[in-house]
Amino acid sequence: MSYIAKPKVSHPGMPKNKLGLTSRDYEGTVSTLCAGCGHDSVTAAIIQAVFELGIEPHMLAKMSGIGCSSKTPAYFVSQAHGFNSVHGRMPSVTTGANAANRDMKYIGVSGDGDSLSIGVGQFVHAIRRNLNMCYVIENNGVYGLTKGQFSASADIGSLPKKGLPNTQEPIDPASTALSLGATYIARSFSGDKEQLVPLLKGALMHRGFALVDIVSPCVTFNDHEGSTKSYAHTRQFYHHVADIDYIPPTEEIKASYDLGEAMPIKLHDGSTIILRKVDKEYDLTSRASAFKFLRERFNAGEITTGLLYLDESRVEMHELLGNVDTPLSQLPLEDLIPGAEELKKLQARYR
Amino acid sequence: MKPTDTSRPEYFHKVVDCQWGCPAHTDVPAYIRMIAQGDFSGAYMENRKSNVFPGILGRVCDRPCEPACRRGRVEDSPVAICRLKRVAADHRDDISGRLPRAPDSSNGKKVALIGAGCASLTVANDLAPLGYEVTIFEALQTTGGLMRTNIPQFRLPPKVLDEEIGYILDMNVDLKLNHPIESLRGLLEENFDAVFVGTGAPHGKNLEIPGRYDSDRIHIGIEWLESVAFGHIKEVGEKVLIIGVGNTAMDCCRTSLRIGAKAVKVMARKPREFFKASDWELEDAEEENIEILVNHSPKEFVIEDGKLVGMKFELMEYKIDENGGIDRGTVTGEKIILCDDVVLAIGQDNAFPWIERDIGIEFDDWDCPIVDDSTMMCGHDGVFFGGDSAFGPKNIIWAVEHGHQAAISIHRYCQGESIADRPPYGLNLASQKMGMHEWSFSNYYDDASRGLMPHVDLKERFKKIDIEVELGFTAEQAVQEVERCLNCDIQTAFSADLCIECDACIDVCPVKCLTITANGEEDELRTRLSAPAENHDQALYVSTELPHTGRVMIKDEDICVHCSLCAERCPTGAWDMQKSRILVPYAKDELPDDQVLPATGSGS
Repeated sequence: MSYIAKPKVSHPGMPKNKLGLTSRDYEGTVSTLCAGCGHDSVTAAIIQAVFELGIEPHMLAKMSGIGCSSKTPAYFVSQAHGFNSVHGRMPSVTTGANAANRDMKYIGVSGDGDSLSIGVGQFVHAIRRNLNMCYVIENNGVYGLTKGQFSASADIGSLPKKGLPNTQEPIDPASTALSLGATYIARSFSGDKEQLVPLLKGALMHRGFALVDIVSPCVTFNDHEGSTKSYAHTRQFYHHVADIDYIPPTEEIKASYDLGEAMPIKLHDGSTIILRKVDKEYDLTSRASAFKFLRERFNAGEITTGLLYLDESRVEMHELLGNVDTPLSQLPLEDLIPGAEELKKLQARYR
Repeated sequence: MKPTDTSRPEYFHKVVDCQWGCPAHTDVPAYIRMIAQGDFSGAYMENRKSNVFPGILGRVCDRPCEPACRRGRVEDSPVAICRLKRVAADHRDDISGRLPRAPDSSNGKKVALIGAGCASLTVANDLAPLGYEVTIFEALQTTGGLMRTNIPQFRLPPKVLDEEIGYILDMNVDLKLNHPIESLRGLLEENFDAVFVGTGAPHGKNLEIPGRYDSDRIHIGIEWLESVAFGHIKEVGEKVLIIGVGNTAMDCCRTSLRIGAKAVKVMARKPREFFKASDWELEDAEEENIEILVNHSPKEFVIEDGKLVGMKFELMEYKIDENGGIDRGTVTGEKIILCDDVVLAIGQDNAFPWIERDIGIEFDDWDCPIVDDSTMMCGHDGVFFGGDSAFGPKNIIWAVEHGHQAAISIHRYCQGESIADRPPYGLNLASQKMGMHEWSFSNYYDDASRGLMPHVDLKERFKKIDIEVELGFTAEQAVQEVERCLNCDIQTAFSADLCIECDACIDVCPVKCLTITANGEEDELRTRLSAPAENHDQALYVSTELPHTGRVMIKDEDICVHCSLCAERCPTGAWDMQKSRILVPYAKDELPDDQVLPATGSGS
């Protein structure tokens, strides 16, 4: 952490978004994480993505559980809503928030401990109900806040700072999400904002559950030789499968893309994701082939990154439940609580 | 781009914009930090080392440092550097024990300095401690040159001049007042090892238009100011016109108000953006209700019955092109403005009637001697020039720098060494890290705005001619102003081999001056940084290849606020904050180590 706050002074030539704000306006309080923590880079990428999308801060809700990762919502968009929930319970709290107000953008920031150990049950069911949110996992393979024990995402053979190598199978959030039917699955690296920022923008604008699994090295407990989640290891085995460009609905697609190489995909809000296929063998529209590809690359020791799967056809939670379009929080009280008579009528239908 | 070589003193020197902008390379951040620590004497001595006259320059310097100040690029106004120099001078304790001293015995070499202005005095200051027998010849009855005769007492009190000039004369300098040199040839025949000419540009420009010689109420600005300074002129008419709009004009108009003028107009030929006077001098004059009229070109003096009654002007209109260039203008009419006195302040020329033209010194078309701008020597061996007499009118701080360079040359010349070999600049770097989050300097960005100089009340200041208008910063103002300094001398030093490319520095930088990217050509590289680097006057730092990816770390020096957050957020210590001290060579550095006198400045 730093003792002085980041000064308010900024570059006089800072670009402004459609709301007239600069990226500095989307910052939060100064980070109290270790210097060099990958999570701080993820924070910076989120700030950039939210700034570029021009999201109004009061229309964003930052949700988190417990852990180093879950501290990070304090470090971006101070003016947004936020809920720092119980360990591993961020998905259900977000479900509740989203149920009450479907108009807002939800970004949940979790870690490998919060999502794959204590909160793994919550994580998988949020995917199943296709909760409309951007779910970020800052994945470093260790419990940093309790001094570096292996987490459920640690690879077999990965060495701790002190002690014996990990022997248990890791949980891969991306293939787990794929098997559960998540509709937007991406993986990236905190040290690659060029790839990460567009992936976050796509995830925020995607309708449905969008997972962004981010290798985010723990600089204090998991950045040594023999670790498979260090800066050096990630850079060495990092493999871009499919990078994207995010084009908002109001903007023309200006860049020239070679059609064989690039594939535009329309999102529900009218924006476009241009998929730049880096790996020609990869077919991201089929769950089966995606799973096979991920598995093979994992076995080869590669860290596949990019947009790994996208399905715009599935409906999200509110549509699954047949809810009204108006956010529940904006319904008049008499519609929301129709009264005892209406309840009796409803119950009569089940008798 | 090639990796930046930060071991060359020039690179980090240029980052310290104020010091780079100062002709004498005053270590501004160092003395500002001493003021912040309450060490006013140390700050004074740090100044004195380079600019010799901190009390004088703290009032009347032309301040090339301030337009250069990085703070002026980050927000609107630069640090009030010049005001802080005066703070150091005003609040210093007795520093006599820290001044350089002449050694007990002479080194046997004799040097003649012509003129007792800032250039000659600087030469004396640098050479007397080395054992030179220094003689200053001054035509007037007092020292200081144009500093005393042309700068009015309400801006620069004589006491300040006497004190700082006294420090130099006290080093056994032989001062010969009322001793004009009538012939350089004659002086050269005397037994001097070297001669330095620091006679200024003593000739005020004339305006040859009808009526010029029909009245005794038309004055040449610098001569008139001198007469006022020596009490020969004690009054002026009620209505005064000042012709010209440079700094001398500002002194003339404000002086007029103090010796009887009621309505003073400054007449400018061109629009305001072409004024030569410094902004602050214009402001100070306008505060005293001086009227400045633009686009008035003098045509003739209006004389009635042998008495000056006014002046006729042509009213001008100009076209200004997109580059800010101005045409010759067209006349749109004429106007007579009534007046009792006219003061001409339209510039100064050099004048060397006392230098014979057959002794090996060449002169250019403007009667300026041909002088080498690094050695300060002219075509005649052993004759050196400095200040306005060398290259025409500049300012005090340039004259001081000329003096330093001439002193180095004279010393080398007298020791039989080549004067073309200039002593090199050096660089000292020292980490400022004191602990996990502690730095030995105040790294927080204070968003206070520039302090305003308090002035003597408008009613009070005209009562006497020598009431100093500027009161100097209050203690509270000084405390606030020092915190505005961005500590540009605390450099961001980068070790590429330690970098793990975690982006922490890039993410935390408040002014987006850092980028890790693939190397490229400078022009192209400048367009793809975290924020575009459009100020080409400011360097890009380029690291060697980073170990993980082979990319490079780029830093745009333009608006780095030296907050040290990059170094604080760096997990590996690849970034460090290191204080650069530029080792500026002086004549005394040429002495063998065992002969070096006690240090005249403190701090490292």
